[in-house]
Amino acid sequence: MLAFIAQRIAKAVVVLLAIVVLNFFLIRMAPGDPALVMAGEAGASDKIFVAQLRDKFGLDKPLPVQLYTYVRGIIGLDLGFSFRQQMPVSKLILDRLPATLLLTGTAFVISLAFGVLFGMLAARWAGTWADTAITVLALIFYATPLFWVALMAILLFSVTMDWLPSFGYETVGANYTGLTHVLDVGAHLILPATTIGLFFMATYARMTRASMLEVKRLDFVKTARAKGLRDAVIQRRHVLRNALLPVVTLAGLQAGTLVGGAVLTETVFAWPGIGRLMYEALLQRDYNLLLGVFVVCSAMVLAFNLVTDLIYRSVDPRIEFAA
Amino acid sequence: MLKRILLGLVVVCGTSAAALAEEPQPGGVVNVVIQPEPPSLMVGLVQNGPTQMIAGNIYEGLLRYSPKLEPLPGLAESWTVSEDGKVYAFHLRKGVSWHDGKPFTSADVLFSIDFLKQTHPRARGNLAQLEKVEAPDDYTVVFKLQQPFGPFLGIFEVGSLPMIPKHIYEGTDYKTNPANNTPVGTGPFMFKEWQKGSFIHLVKNPNYYIAGKPYIDEIYWHVIPDAAARSVAFETGKVDVLPGGSVENFDVPRLSKLKNVCVTGNGWEFFSPQSWLWLNNRSGPTANKKFRQAVMFAIDRNFAKDVIWNGLGKVATGPSASSIKYYTSDVPKYDYDPTKAKALLKEAGYNGEKVRLLPLPYGETWQRWAEAVKQNLQDTGINVEMVATDVPGWNQKVSDWDYDIAFTYLYQYGDPALGVGRNYISSQIAKGSPFNNVEGYSNPEIDKLFADGAVAFPGSKRGEIYDKAQKILVDDAPVAWLLELQFPTITRCNVKNLVTTAIGVNDGFRDAWIDK
Repeated sequence: MLAFIAQRIAKAVVVLLAIVVLNFFLIRMAPGDPALVMAGEAGASDKIFVAQLRDKFGLDKPLPVQLYTYVRGIIGLDLGFSFRQQMPVSKLILDRLPATLLLTGTAFVISLAFGVLFGMLAARWAGTWADTAITVLALIFYATPLFWVALMAILLFSVTMDWLPSFGYETVGANYTGLTHVLDVGAHLILPATTIGLFFMATYARMTRASMLEVKRLDFVKTARAKGLRDAVIQRRHVLRNALLPVVTLAGLQAGTLVGGAVLTETVFAWPGIGRLMYEALLQRDYNLLLGVFVVCSAMVLAFNLVTDLIYRSVDPRIEFAA
Repeated sequence: MLKRILLGLVVVCGTSAAALAEEPQPGGVVNVVIQPEPPSLMVGLVQNGPTQMIAGNIYEGLLRYSPKLEPLPGLAESWTVSEDGKVYAFHLRKGVSWHDGKPFTSADVLFSIDFLKQTHPRARGNLAQLEKVEAPDDYTVVFKLQQPFGPFLGIFEVGSLPMIPKHIYEGTDYKTNPANNTPVGTGPFMFKEWQKGSFIHLVKNPNYYIAGKPYIDEIYWHVIPDAAARSVAFETGKVDVLPGGSVENFDVPRLSKLKNVCVTGNGWEFFSPQSWLWLNNRSGPTANKKFRQAVMFAIDRNFAKDVIWNGLGKVATGPSASSIKYYTSDVPKYDYDPTKAKALLKEAGYNGEKVRLLPLPYGETWQRWAEAVKQNLQDTGINVEMVATDVPGWNQKVSDWDYDIAFTYLYQYGDPALGVGRNYISSQIAKGSPFNNVEGYSNPEIDKLFADGAVAFPGSKRGEIYDKAQKILVDDAPVAWLLELQFPTITRCNVKNLVTTAIGVNDGFRDAWIDK
């Protein structure tokens, strides 16, 4: 198992470096550079100003030199300096990380727990009105664009009912502490986390239902029944466990995106997370910041892929580690 | 030398009679929207809109400006101008201190001039005629110019020439000075906290040199990236002020009908944002004067004002906005007349070639405006193709002159020598900037008129010169002028006295108060 993990990590490092190089060139292919954007924002520019910015950001150097400097920094775990935010990229990412993990982590837990639960119930009651209701709702949540769900949620729960805050991470200026602070953050979290969670919840529910219905028809389930096991035990130990593999795959993919945040949701709800940071960096051609977020996100996806593979093994002992 | 003394009268300009009748009440917290999040609050280094909007309450300039663009006392309490228009002496307020307690003196002014010439592109241009600046004593600063520069008294607003603390920046690398993250000014509000991505918190300067001011205790500037979410934040009472441009125009009528909500288009007089279509004068159909005039006749600008901008702003008559100095309306007129436009297109020999229209990627309002213009142009037979970009892409395309017709708007800074000439004179034709003569118009007569206008003295001579320049430009139609823009500032009505100067919210919280 250790050899397997070591080999996967070595491969991941190579993949990560390839991603860095690819992203480096892809970003620079987009029209406009940070110096022009910043000059544009300043509402005035002259040659001296743009030259100063290019010199400051190292954009006046040949592309291979810029790439070398950047990759050397990455190897030394230095993600560089944000042109526009005028701060180290690693600090910007770390500052936004807690808010993003809270949001996407909550959405992950909500979607996984309720998605699997509803999927199980639908499979259990297949063909009944309850199954139809769950399936239809899952289809609706799966198909509805996130930003629309977000805006409707704000309209209903913030504007019309005034139950929940519509933006931000906490009540600014309230200086809550302790439990009050936790409750305040929780209130701010409900709408964005649910918005993200609904899509994944629908996906998990549909996948769990389909997978369970398929497994239910297999011989070993008939055997279990013939042995006289209780239905609840059959469902939990035999059907669900075998049906979970595709769900684990999907959960692994979702977990890999946790750090990347949710661009749309964070933007609509003014949630101060990494998704928004990435979106703003893109609009401002803040190369280092954008690359930094990509590097961290890619690393997380690779890490969670590895974790997913390990979980496969515990869910299904028939799977072996092949180094 | 006889000196003409221009006394800086301490008046509260633009204040409504109703507000004057009310006694300001101290205290309270104001929540304001800011978008996008500024990269820095150090306005000596960064001059984008959001930075100026917040930093204008932390830093100060030597002068402030009334809505009629008359200079008002700022850190300078009075000033004199020599008869030949070459020497300006400023007498500074006494008893002014930086937020860290150090006194503000003429040494800070000299340092600021030197600092800004290195870091501030607009200040560098505005100070091009400066021969030297001296400080005969701690509270006097004398600017000597190489030749008279008409708009000189108009360059001392906080965003254009902010005062920078010498004791903090002298001998340091300005761009990496740690104080950039905790700005220190002389202004009515002090920096308290910045949670990136969430909010910026300013608190009252208890040692401000005007007794009793500011009235408000705290300001929170909330970073809300989505325009619809900003509307909701105001609608649900979470924010009290939406500075101009915070929400899409189609939300303005709805918000303005809410209880206790006031809307004003004032506070943009200094900037006088003027919108137009750049028409590439170098090649293609837009190189033909008759084609450009046809575009002017083809566009229904009243429709844009009434429908897309909800009646705010004015139809532009030419290169200068009506709110800036030396504006004249005595220029050739281009009323909406599609028939005339078609006739001109025929005269121009236009044969249906495709022209690329580049909208300004600043949100839904601009997109809708571009669609309306496209429709207008198509109605007269112009074959228009819309080109989609984001902001960096737009910057790149116009800076490289890679367009046929492109939307833009630019600030005019109160004087044709500061914000108008740059778009029409030949020396400003250079790739790499979206703020110069991007259309490539070149006319030696216009070059001379703007060169003369900048240095003519006194002002009456300047007026004659700019009248002539405006007439020539409007006839040549190097660009298609659209609207003098007004970005509505939306507030709770009990936030009083916020917009009283020519830069509105940017320095407005000094005098603002909350009616509880």
